[in-house]
Amino acid sequence: MHAPTEPAIDTSPSPGDEVKTTTCYMCACRCGIKVWLRDGRVRYIQGNPEHPVNQGVLCAKGSAGIMQHYSPARLDKPLLRVGERGSGEFREIEWDEALQIATDWLAPIRERNPDELAFFTGRDQSQALTGWWAQQFGTVNYAAHGGFCSVNMAAGGLYTLGGSFWEFGEPDWEHTQYLMLWGVAEDHDSNPIKLGLGKLKGRGAKIVAVNPVRSGYGAIADEWIGIRPGTDGLFAFALIHELLKADRIDLDYLVRYTNAHWLVVRNPGGADDGLFARDAEGRPLCWQHVAEAAAMHADTTAGTSDSRTRTGRAVAADAVGIRPAVVGEVSLPDGRRAVPAFHLLAERYLDPRYAPDAVSERCGIPADTIRRIARELAEAAFEREVRLPIAWTDAWGRTHAEMVGRPVALHAMRGISAHSNGFHTCRALHLLQLLLGAVDTPGSFRYQPPYPKPVPPPNRPGKARQANGALDAAPLGFVHGPEDLLVDADGAPRRIDHAFSWAYPLSSHGMMHTVIRNAWAGDPYRIDTLLMFMANMGWNSAMNTAQTIGWLTDKDDDGEYRIPHIIYADAYASETVAYADLVLPDTTYLERFDAISLLDRPISDADGAADAIRHPVLDPALGGSAHADDGNAVPPRPRDVRGFQSVLLDLGARLGLPGMVDEDGSPKYRDYADYIVRHERAPGVGLLAGWRGEDGTREAKGAPNPDQLQRYIEHGGFWRSEAPEHARYFKMANRGYLDWAQRMGFLGHADPIPLQLYSETLQKFRLAAQGHGTHQPPVAHRERVATYFDPLPIWYEPFEGAQADDLGERSGDSAFPAASSAAAATPVGHVDATARGSKPHPYPLSAVTQRPMFMYHAWGSQNAWLRQIASRNVLYLHPDTGIRHGIGDEDWINVTSHHGTITVQARFAANVQPDTVWTWNAIGKRKGAWRLGADAPEASHGFLLNHLISDITPRGDYANADPVTGQAAWFDLRVRIAKVDPRGETAPQFAPLPYGTADNAPLRYGAAFRKGRKPGDTP
Amino acid sequence: MNPAFSVIVFTTLSGAGYGLWCWLGLRLALGGVAHADAAAWLAGAALGGVLVTAGLLSSLGHLGKPGRAWRALSQWRTSWLSREGVAAVATFLPAALLLMLLGARQLDPVGLGFIHVPAALLSAAAALLVAGSLATVACTAMIYASLKPIPAWRQPLVLPGYLGFALLTGGLLDQALLAIAGRASPAAAWAMLAMAAAMAVLKLGYWHAIDTTPLAVTRGDALGLPTRQASVFERPHTEANYVTREMVYVLARKHGRALRALALAMFAALPAVCLLAGGIWPAAAPGLLALAALSALLGAAVERWLFFAQARHLVSLYY
Amino acid sequence: MTALPPPSKKKLGLVIDLDTCVGCHACAVSCKEWNAGGFAAPLTDEQPYGKAPAGVWFNRVHSYELAATDFTTPAFDPGAHDALGLGSIHDNSGANRGAGANATAGCAGASPLAQEVAQPAMTLHFPRSCLHCEQPACVTVCPTGASYKRAEDGIVLVDEDKCIGCKLCSWACPYGAREYSHVEGVMKKCTLCIDRIYNEHLDEAERQPACVQACPTRARHFGDLADPESKVSRLVAERGGVDLMPELGYRPTNQYLPPRPRRAEAAAPPQEPLDTAQLPGVLRWLDRVLSR
Ligand SMILES: Nc1nc2c(c(=O)[nH]1)N[C@H]1C(S)=C(S)[C@@H](COP(=O)(O)OP(=O)(O)OC[C@H]3O[C@@H](n4cnc5c(=O)[nH]c(N)nc54)[C@H](O)[C@@H]3O)O[C@H]1N2
Ligand SMILES: Nc1nc2c(c(=O)[nH]1)N[C@H]1C(S)=C(S)[C@@H](COP(=O)(O)OP(=O)(O)OC[C@H]3O[C@@H](n4cnc5c(=O)[nH]c(N)nc54)[C@H](O)[C@@H]3O)O[C@H]1N2
Ligand code: SF4
Ligand code: SF4
Ligand code: SF4
Ligand code: SF4
Ligand code: SF4
Ligand SMILES: [Mo]
Repeated sequence: MHAPTEPAIDTSPSPGDEVKTTTCYMCACRCGIKVWLRDGRVRYIQGNPEHPVNQGVLCAKGSAGIMQHYSPARLDKPLLRVGERGSGEFREIEWDEALQIATDWLAPIRERNPDELAFFTGRDQSQALTGWWAQQFGTVNYAAHGGFCSVNMAAGGLYTLGGSFWEFGEPDWEHTQYLMLWGVAEDHDSNPIKLGLGKLKGRGAKIVAVNPVRSGYGAIADEWIGIRPGTDGLFAFALIHELLKADRIDLDYLVRYTNAHWLVVRNPGGADDGLFARDAEGRPLCWQHVAEAAAMHADTTAGTSDSRTRTGRAVAADAVGIRPAVVGEVSLPDGRRAVPAFHLLAERYLDPRYAPDAVSERCGIPADTIRRIARELAEAAFEREVRLPIAWTDAWGRTHAEMVGRPVALHAMRGISAHSNGFHTCRALHLLQLLLGAVDTPGSFRYQPPYPKPVPPPNRPGKARQANGALDAAPLGFVHGPEDLLVDADGAPRRIDHAFSWAYPLSSHGMMHTVIRNAWAGDPYRIDTLLMFMANMGWNSAMNTAQTIGWLTDKDDDGEYRIPHIIYADAYASETVAYADLVLPDTTYLERFDAISLLDRPISDADGAADAIRHPVLDPALGGSAHADDGNAVPPRPRDVRGFQSVLLDLGARLGLPGMVDEDGSPKYRDYADYIVRHERAPGVGLLAGWRGEDGTREAKGAPNPDQLQRYIEHGGFWRSEAPEHARYFKMANRGYLDWAQRMGFLGHADPIPLQLYSETLQKFRLAAQGHGTHQPPVAHRERVATYFDPLPIWYEPFEGAQADDLGERSGDSAFPAASSAAAATPVGHVDATARGSKPHPYPLSAVTQRPMFMYHAWGSQNAWLRQIASRNVLYLHPDTGIRHGIGDEDWINVTSHHGTITVQARFAANVQPDTVWTWNAIGKRKGAWRLGADAPEASHGFLLNHLISDITPRGDYANADPVTGQAAWFDLRVRIAKVDPRGETAPQFAPLPYGTADNAPLRYGAAFRKGRKPGDTP
Repeated sequence: MNPAFSVIVFTTLSGAGYGLWCWLGLRLALGGVAHADAAAWLAGAALGGVLVTAGLLSSLGHLGKPGRAWRALSQWRTSWLSREGVAAVATFLPAALLLMLLGARQLDPVGLGFIHVPAALLSAAAALLVAGSLATVACTAMIYASLKPIPAWRQPLVLPGYLGFALLTGGLLDQALLAIAGRASPAAAWAMLAMAAAMAVLKLGYWHAIDTTPLAVTRGDALGLPTRQASVFERPHTEANYVTREMVYVLARKHGRALRALALAMFAALPAVCLLAGGIWPAAAPGLLALAALSALLGAAVERWLFFAQARHLVSLYY
Repeated sequence: MTALPPPSKKKLGLVIDLDTCVGCHACAVSCKEWNAGGFAAPLTDEQPYGKAPAGVWFNRVHSYELAATDFTTPAFDPGAHDALGLGSIHDNSGANRGAGANATAGCAGASPLAQEVAQPAMTLHFPRSCLHCEQPACVTVCPTGASYKRAEDGIVLVDEDKCIGCKLCSWACPYGAREYSHVEGVMKKCTLCIDRIYNEHLDEAERQPACVQACPTRARHFGDLADPESKVSRLVAERGGVDLMPELGYRPTNQYLPPRPRRAEAAAPPQEPLDTAQLPGVLRWLDRVLSR
């Protein structure tokens, strides 16, 4: 083996005593992992090669799981506040006392008015449980984190395609030839995207990154388009403009799968204006050409769209074998005038204001580049079509010998959605895909089951309380029209976060970012208890962090906290823990049961449905510290922590909530594991789809199987069911898929799903704002609703840039400008070059953040390995920008927004659009938090942009959010910068939190494994 | 390169020690030793021994596992460090032998002859001491001069520089001891003056060379993209690590200039003045020469510090 | 023994694809994780929760900006230039931060693929670990024999039981691949996962370095670079794999695949099939016969 002078080494040491297969939760991607244990400690965590999500690869965070699990920042016992809120002073209590306290707070609320409980969850993936729990409790005030995260992506997609980017759809990694990434740094599909990009690279497909910053995915893209933030909609319109102009669109696809040909009533001022013309059964109509008429009209180029003379007739739009018109005004049998939806679309985007030359300056993209990209898209879509020899039957029973696809795919994330114009921009991107015929075809964007859903998805938000106190439906859902809003008789919000109100009607994920201000302000009412789970709302997930902290601690004149009770479930000593009255310490992902459910955020891929579990591979009571390998480390104390889901069920039982207690009032479920197995949402439908039925032979639907979790554990912790091969594309209109999806319970019926270029849902709101219908917005909201509920995508200047400019120009005025019509309400594609041309914008730069690939929000900084990669951040700016502002590389600068100022260090990097500055997200920490040393660079040299981001618009009239969905507009931030004298610390700094500091002695994790190395061990 | 205290102390002190041994050995081998200066000689040899040993001990302080230092003697076929170790250990043999022989002669001041020390043996041991001392210093120099990743060290003047500093600092110590013993020689003083001047010229030449020779490889080469011009966007880790602390040490240019002047003043100018003054006022010679030696040692230490601090390791291309 | 063995028949090493690496640090952390408890355990971390956290890592991921190779694009103005990804004319002000004199690039030996067309400015992610050189001075300078190159497969290892912690090997490595631990007092380095690649307790498919197994874009490849038929050798041949700093003569085994030339075709004059100013554009589709 080895040369005589070489030492003998053991090349086959045992990797561990046992290996357990479960699901990672170092982030929301939920990869399969194999956890190797040795002597009761984690030896190593690797990717599970069998797992559909990550296929064996593992990211930096996932690989650092050891340090997360043994983190010294872990909480290990329930805590009751003893000092003032925010002081971080607590007393340890037993679980029984903790649960009793919570019950004592919650029981009267449920009696009195369940809405006085606001239950908001953050990074969690048990919304199938938490949403249901809130429904049983009877509060409308429940939301998960999507409202501040990326609801524009979700809603923009679901209201257009019945599916979305985010983690609910994916490019056809095997076939796409042209991928455009719009504002994606990392996304939730962390490993799948990377695997996919690797495949594209291997195949030589072109990748275009549209992003003001060129790092990460942008670095390997074939082309980087350094766009100005907030202008993607304009860019997309210019591409659409070019494609329409060049007639490079897939009209056959449009009439088959979308509402392009549906007739839209033209009745300005009428209650039916802009709605689809329907027949007596309510089926939308289209205009069927009459063959003879074709020749006659070939020379109708007289510059009119008047088609009263046109021959043809209105027929049901979903009829087959018809030849629908896509343009031309027609008279309906009842005399009303109508045009196909496509007509409106083409009219709008052919307008010269969307020509490349018109948008180029505002977007910062040369017009020639826009034209070239449009040509490249068309070339890839139409000249390189993909033909898969797979026979399939469409929803109307016609068979096709092959699947023909357009190998162009877009993928977008928060660079698009975290703007106040993000909903429309997201829809614009879907329009672009649809015009190219590139949705769920080979080579294009693909749905992941259970998507597509009908547009919009059928479940509406719960509104009414039933006799047993529970809501009639889960609190979150999809609004189909004004009648679904949660508003009172005066049109005022019914929810504490104002979600589903006239201000943010389609806020399908709730609005986590408004809860604390509103609860403090009592707007629309005071609440009693704020229950939060896994959200660092006192720091990096808050907009306007400093004031948020103030609201959490503010008291009434009587000395009582304005938010009377705060309960928080966290696993670590995060910044927010200090603001809770009662802290419920959670387990880590290696210690608890979890269900990654199809009812929630599934881990499916485009070829199949999948779900998964976590199960305890380590006993929380064992405790353990990263230092334990050091001979003289203090033996760790056992941890008294409980999985929050189990705690929630326990609480539910103590409160006697419906579905959580048996007839005799005893708890219905032992714990969450028991709930996962036995709970049925509908007969035969539970959290997990695999191994159902008493004998475990059923999929998706079937009686509970007591051995279900065991089956999962034996099968690597996940279940996956492939859609039949003929069912994998054209899912919106593929008989095979629709039937399969109905069988699996993904769809209530197997009807095809027409995709919505033109959104009638939006038009309903606009009509209401114009004074039609029984549910109309209060006057104050009318103009806003009418403006932003355009049934076709629009672009407008993001609010902060528009309003801060507006306010800036009036600086000197002492009066706060009234909320009136102004720049923000001008929803045109017009470049506001005039405003900018004459006077410099008071905040000339956009400021954005990016996810570091190796860190998950705040929760990576306690990780001894990950924090070595980045324990401080700087503000990156283009050298030209530095020169323009008299700033040198590594200078300290003040960064000022309309809302505040921070002091940070600047660093030059030329890989950024020169009007944009940026930094990594959530590296900055508060002193003392996460039990880091008082001198840790995270606090002394790290910073958050959140201190600059206001939670309301500059004008103060609405949340700093999208007017359609309520999505937090983090990336609308506008700043100016100025050099200051060098500092030793970033500003602002907050009082250190007294959580105690972690043992800072050298960490020798693994030393014990070396000592114990014995050749020839078997696993 | 990070100027590690232990290494600077080691190379300066042991260099001086070996230089001293070298001069002592040389005189012994060439001229024999008169009874009368055996004591002075012994003092010199002992001082040399102390310096060498202190230097070597200090170098042990640089080791992570000093207890295993003996292992460093094994790889003399390939490793200059190992060779240095072997040479250092080997040089103790003639040094010890000479000590014994001279000690024996000291014990026989009236030449009774019952301890007879043949002059040839003395000369041979002295020659070995000279050879060993020079070899050890040369090995030390070669440790540095053989490292391709540090172009400033892989430089023809490094070896003569190390030898020269050993001989200069050792020689001044030798002269100081002789002066104390009242045996200062003007010829030797002129020789030391010439050495100091030579070292000044050598160092100026060296500094000029490293200042004007660009690195032969670029960051592009380091990345395998020789035609691209690369600049650092982000380091792998935001805080320092072993490699950056040890090898990406950057000294500000202006500090470098000042320190170079200081080094020159201390190892060349001041000793030269002392030597001249000692010639003019022989009575003050012992003190002046001691000052010269001390100054040269400190100057050499500053020079050594610069030798590290101004040497750019190629790994810095990555940072 | 620090004398080098005769050239091995097998040359195990890594091939790293810079065209695909997104700089995610997965390879670095998974390396840390496996090796923390592996052959070279522990990979000690100092000040793990304090002011200057610093640990032993065998693999570190750098990021660079590459300046554009040509500034003569047609529509040159600074804004357009940036938007095209061609970097800035002022790049140098910030770009050369700390780089000192290295701008005097010698252009000899250009890689064949990197230079064919003018290239825009790029961001480059660059993972760096031991290259398991064929002429590793890190081995020959070692005074104790602790550093050695395996005769069988060319892997360069440290026998920590012999190492005295003199750090000379780290000085001798131009690639910065050796990591000393003050706490342990010995030198550490990439082991090429010697305790994985031959490990009979692992499934055959998993007998590869931790960094290769983890890499989410699969930009890292492991194999025998002495075998011209191996997957890695073919990759190197196809993609023009390069040695880092070949002029130093260390003859690295690991190879880097340079980024492929970027392809933003020059902007040809746009076609104007429809003059929207002349007629209501939508009517063009008036009589299009579509089938549903
Ligand atoms: N490693 C890691 N992975 C994560 C997370 C994490 O913290 N760490 N967080 C998870 C979560 S909660 C989420 S929501 C996702 C978010 O996933 P991403 O959306 O990929 O995350 P961001 O970092 O917010 O990326 C936004 C990108 O948009 C760019 N951008 C900003 N403004 C604009 C614009 O106007 N136009 C365009 N085209 N681009 C713009 C930014 O430069 C940045 O590259 O990531 C998830 N995955
Ligand atoms: N400036 C700026 N701010 C942003 C963003 C941005 O792009 N820029 N992005 C926004 C987005 S999209 C998001 S999603 C938010 C994310 O922000 P948060 O949702 O606040 O995410 P984290 O900081 O990871 O905090 C989650 C909390 O969960 C805790 N935790 C971790 N593991 C567990 C566990 O197993 N159980 C329990 N109970 N708790 C646990 C952590 O300790 C932490 O306190 O940030 C938002 N904030
Ligand atoms: S992407 Fe990384 S952190 Fe997220 S689940 Fe997968 S392995 Fe874990
Ligand atoms: S990369 Fe450095 S440590 Fe590795 S073999 Fe080459 S010289 Fe030695
Ligand atoms: S540090 Fe150890 S391995 Fe490196 S040269 Fe010294 S003895 Fe050899
Ligand atoms: S081969 Fe193994 S030791 Fe080397 S860098 Fe990769 S993971 Fe680390
Ligand atoms: S894991 Fe792969 S993609 Fe990520 S930094 Fe390493 S080589 Fe690059
Ligand atoms: Mo998010």
